[in-house]
Amino acid sequence: MSDPTISALALTELPTKASMFKPHRIVLMAIAALLVFCVIWFMRWDWVPKYSDRLVHGVGVTLLMLFSTSILGFFLAVPIGLVQVTGPWPLKVAARVFCTVIRGTPLLLQLWLLYYGLGSLFPQFPGIRSSFLWPYLREAWPYGVAALTLSFAAYEGEVMRGAFAGVPPGELEAARAYGMSPFTVFRRIWLPRAVHRALPTLNGETVLQLKATPLVATITVIDLYAVISKVRQETYITYEPLLLLALIYLCLTAILVVAFRYFESRIPTRGA
Amino acid sequence: MTERAEAIAVRDLHKRFGPLEVLKGVSLTAHEGDVIAIIGGSGSGKSTFLRCINMLELPSAGSVTIHGETIAMKADGHGGMMPSDRKQVQRLRSRLGMVFQSFNLWQHMTILENVIEAPVHVLGVRKDEAIARAETLLRRVGLYEKRDAYPAFLSGGQQQRAAIARALAIQPHVMLFDEPTSALDPELVGEVLSVIGDLAKEKRTMILVTHEMKFARNVASHVVFLANGVIEEQGPPDELFGAPKSERLKKFISSIH
Repeated sequence: MSDPTISALALTELPTKASMFKPHRIVLMAIAALLVFCVIWFMRWDWVPKYSDRLVHGVGVTLLMLFSTSILGFFLAVPIGLVQVTGPWPLKVAARVFCTVIRGTPLLLQLWLLYYGLGSLFPQFPGIRSSFLWPYLREAWPYGVAALTLSFAAYEGEVMRGAFAGVPPGELEAARAYGMSPFTVFRRIWLPRAVHRALPTLNGETVLQLKATPLVATITVIDLYAVISKVRQETYITYEPLLLLALIYLCLTAILVVAFRYFESRIPTRGA
Repeated sequence: MTERAEAIAVRDLHKRFGPLEVLKGVSLTAHEGDVIAIIGGSGSGKSTFLRCINMLELPSAGSVTIHGETIAMKADGHGGMMPSDRKQVQRLRSRLGMVFQSFNLWQHMTILENVIEAPVHVLGVRKDEAIARAETLLRRVGLYEKRDAYPAFLSGGQQQRAAIARALAIQPHVMLFDEPTSALDPELVGEVLSVIGDLAKEKRTMILVTHEMKFARNVASHVVFLANGVIEEQGPPDELFGAPKSERLKKFISSIH
């Protein structure tokens, strides 16, 4: 909380009660209230009840995409970050190439290469068609999960590389000096310390990941964005669905930020 | 008079960093209850020597025996050597309590968590037992009230006292101090030295690398003067400080006072 830059960036930092009622704030709040009133009163919202079930389902799919890919991606990112710090060099090179390629190409392209490329190759192999995986491989969502996971792993792998490298060597040395095995050093000291260092960045990456999820709508996964597109196609209403979409993403982002802030504040830091 | 058991015996220790030979054959024996102070100018190899005892620095030649158990070494293929049994090194390390110049407390844990970490996760002590013992230790070093604070919120002196409690928590055979007061502001040195002095009074076996000559003279049972990678002179503190024999030590002592 002490860092003014981070405080300024946060959505959650509310002004004190007294400063809430300064004249400029009252004027701005009045304008905001007027805007909200106009939006509700003059725009068309009669379609919302009809689509509410599908909207809720869409939010569920979006969240599922976000959490599954962030968590899977994070588990991939840990070894990717680690081998870039510790070696051996073939793994180091492989991790670096992976990060460079994934971070250097558009996510949409990766998604389409996986879905239209790999997805259309699979059916040509009878072995795959008859395998137990086939019911999944003919769906669209596994390709979405794969692309988003790889993307998250690449970005977060870079972050973890920095976080691992940034843990003071003296703390690792102390752990060794008390007889910890290399694995215990990693599990008890190195990883938790690195994750803690990486949390603020991880927060940002997760918010970005949330806003990358609409891309899966382009490969027929029905997430929140796909539901809203459907609304627009069926009702010919242009702006209202998009406004609602923006509002929902904004709320989800705020929830994410608050959750991460909670975890960050559990271990107070000073300086580093 | 009964002969006290050997706590640590280092024989003919050499350490090379590339072409530079930092330690040129150092032998030192610490018996139970000894407080050995290692003094010497910067670059004399005293920290390196201490770090070789628990293999944080790998010696190039020589042997280290802890409580009668010699650390098994093998050639590393580059003219040096490395421990041949990692498990043995880990086990012996957990019998040595190391205190570092820069404290090296784990910043993501509270003081209490720092102190119970090695007992619980290395020695397999039950957690409630470890906590009870840690609280006693923290009371001793005067940090009981700070047990739930994170290291970054403590002063340097408090951090170093916490680090001493962390080292004591594994009930070490020998305490190793690597310039424990060198990173401290002058007004914080006293509180750390008084904790170490109390340990010395208890007849705890300690090896102490230090720049605090007065402290070394008061506390140590044996002082070792390292210069250019060899033991230039050693003996009881009053002899060494009162009547230094070698030219180098005379110069070193006069340069300090």
